[in-house]
Amino acid sequence: MDGEQVGQQALRLHIPDTERGPGAEPPEVRFISAAGEMRRPELDEPVERIALMRKQMVRVLDDDGAATGPWDPQLTADQLRTGLRDMMLVRAFDARLLQAHRQGKISFYMQCLGEEAIACAHKRALHPADMHFPTYRQQGLLIAGGYPIVQMMNQVLSNEADPLKGRQLPIMYSSKEYGFFTISGNLATQYVQGVGWAMASALSGDTRIASAWIGEGATAESDFHAALLFASTYRAPVILNIVNNQWAISTPEDFARGASATFADRGFGYSIPALRVDGNDYLAVYAATRWAAARARGNLGPTLVEWVTLRRGAHSTSDDPSVYRPAGEASHFPLGDPIANLQRHLVTLGQWDDDRHAALSNELDAEVAAAFAEADAHGSVKSGHTADPRTMFDDVYAELPRHLREQRDQVGR
Amino acid sequence: MSAADVPLPDPGEREITYVAAFIEAVKLEMAADPDVFIAGEDVGAHGGVFHTFDGVQTQFGERRAVDTPISEQAIIGLGIGAAVTGLRPIVDLMFMDFVLVAADQIANQAAKLKYMFGGQAKLPLTITTVGGAGLSAAAQHSQSLEALFCHIPGIKVVFPSNPYDVKGLMAASVREDNPVLFVLHKRMLGQRGAVPVERYEIPLGQARISRPGSDVTLVSWGKTAADSLVAAEQLAGEGIDVEVVDLRTLSPLDIGTVVESVRRTNRVVVAHEAVRFGGFGAEVAAQIQEEAFDYLDAPVGRVAAPFSPVPFTPALETRYVPDPARIAAGVRAAVARPLLGR
Repeated sequence: MDGEQVGQQALRLHIPDTERGPGAEPPEVRFISAAGEMRRPELDEPVERIALMRKQMVRVLDDDGAATGPWDPQLTADQLRTGLRDMMLVRAFDARLLQAHRQGKISFYMQCLGEEAIACAHKRALHPADMHFPTYRQQGLLIAGGYPIVQMMNQVLSNEADPLKGRQLPIMYSSKEYGFFTISGNLATQYVQGVGWAMASALSGDTRIASAWIGEGATAESDFHAALLFASTYRAPVILNIVNNQWAISTPEDFARGASATFADRGFGYSIPALRVDGNDYLAVYAATRWAAARARGNLGPTLVEWVTLRRGAHSTSDDPSVYRPAGEASHFPLGDPIANLQRHLVTLGQWDDDRHAALSNELDAEVAAAFAEADAHGSVKSGHTADPRTMFDDVYAELPRHLREQRDQVGR
Repeated sequence: MSAADVPLPDPGEREITYVAAFIEAVKLEMAADPDVFIAGEDVGAHGGVFHTFDGVQTQFGERRAVDTPISEQAIIGLGIGAAVTGLRPIVDLMFMDFVLVAADQIANQAAKLKYMFGGQAKLPLTITTVGGAGLSAAAQHSQSLEALFCHIPGIKVVFPSNPYDVKGLMAASVREDNPVLFVLHKRMLGQRGAVPVERYEIPLGQARISRPGSDVTLVSWGKTAADSLVAAEQLAGEGIDVEVVDLRTLSPLDIGTVVESVRRTNRVVVAHEAVRFGGFGAEVAAQIQEEAFDYLDAPVGRVAAPFSPVPFTPALETRYVPDPARIAAGVRAAVARPLLGR
């Protein structure tokens, strides 16, 4: 055996040893660059050179709230205020629906607390006609895209006005018109579909690009790797987003990352340029999205983006994170809070103050309350004021086949 | 061993939940045999999203209660690889819907490896998962997909209906030298029942007559078998004496117990939660007519879900999932049918 002796040394299995539970130290976030530190590569820069930045992080906002460095997207004050409003609306929306869960009006919810900047800035940085293949913490794509929040509430309440007719789990929105592919409960499936959509857009000479979303935990799925390969082979016009919020239900990110330094590392093996970005920095998210989109629109191929953030809440209303998460993790998180970060920037610019912030917060709470009242008037999952059982057979197929028509008639009786 | 020989809990035995019975079985097997370990998403520190492995990592450590990345294919592949080395893995797929993500590893690999190895390999692999509807979990988290795996030679399929069976069948599954798909029903997890403290096995492939009766046989498994007992009590009030056969193991199927019952009652209904079309009830019905055609006074009835994905909202889901009332209606229809030509 080439000089090697079998049985000289017992083999040992390595198991990631991240400490968990309320008594554990919050995990360190690795490789954080200073704002403005990371170079902005050329759109067609060789992937080998971009891979050298795999342990760096695109950050624009410094600790004092100033925008700095080559990634500053130079947004106007109005654009910044719009971004702040989008994020605050998402947070108010989440808070109201969590309250609805406590009130027993909905059976399930997933908030995106602490991750609002990623979807909100990404959506604003792309064209409205571009197509998103989201997973379940990108409600900001719909909200920043102007989708009516009352419709989202109707879906979550599963009431008589539910656009998905009571069929889909709450928060699993779908809107073809707003570029929001239907959400799957089985993970990573949308990644291959997003690449396929982008390939088709290129094949048919269209100008729209795709943006596919995945959580860091779900990158363990085979679909993730197949998607990267297809995107690489066909230079698909797609942005491949990995939202690294540090937790896959109870499992820390190192289980899915393996021995790689970062999730951005996943790109190089497929020759896909990859950025690592402060996901709690609205300006960095906006700028990195524009860079990736420019590559896609210029037929330069896919870009992988690791958005570093923190899932501040539970995975969903069905789990208790205090069992597995270290206490004080949010306050220990070095990238702060996305809303507070952008608020500080606007204040620094002299374009915002506490009074305006409080007024906006009140305005959004009122907007959310009014929308919820409107949705609630259509009933909720608990009121039974919902879809007609006969509709169960609609959309199983494009047409209603004879045997389903017979079953529908039996339900109607 | 006939079905009548299977041990039953003593009256006055302590009561524990369906999920506690499962955990107890897992822990007993792990304590008895260092080759037994569990692996899957969130099974370690969290104890499983359905708490089906609560306390296992605390008792046995993270080398025998392994949290894995989210990759169903790799989880089953890990189980197969470990099983052929001689270990006795229990690998978990959280929701039964996710068996389809790992379908190749289960159906094309685990089920066939012994055969393709010319018999050299042994696969003492238990795949655990939680199936069924009734918790408003919608189309991708509520399915009953057992029929798909009953169609695959080489794998056994178990779907218990009560805590006593859970414990005994799980013990037997772990000791099996074949791959077993062990399905728990998510609506049953909190159901209580009498369960002996000590270790015991219920052999796979043995149905149980969970309620004797003389007018009609009602065949089912999983939660529907529990609901069938409720339906039978309702029907008893109407003067219909129902014999309930709980299959417990679907593959291999104990058709003997079913046929023996049907030959006494002459009428039979098969009830299950999965969609009726192509469901496992069709296989049971076909075997009944093959082996008891001359004893039947009515066609074999079936009660099952309609042919659509499982809807989310309770207004639809409650109309979708067969409940005791619908099971009872199916039995009444079989009993009401006149004896033509007699």
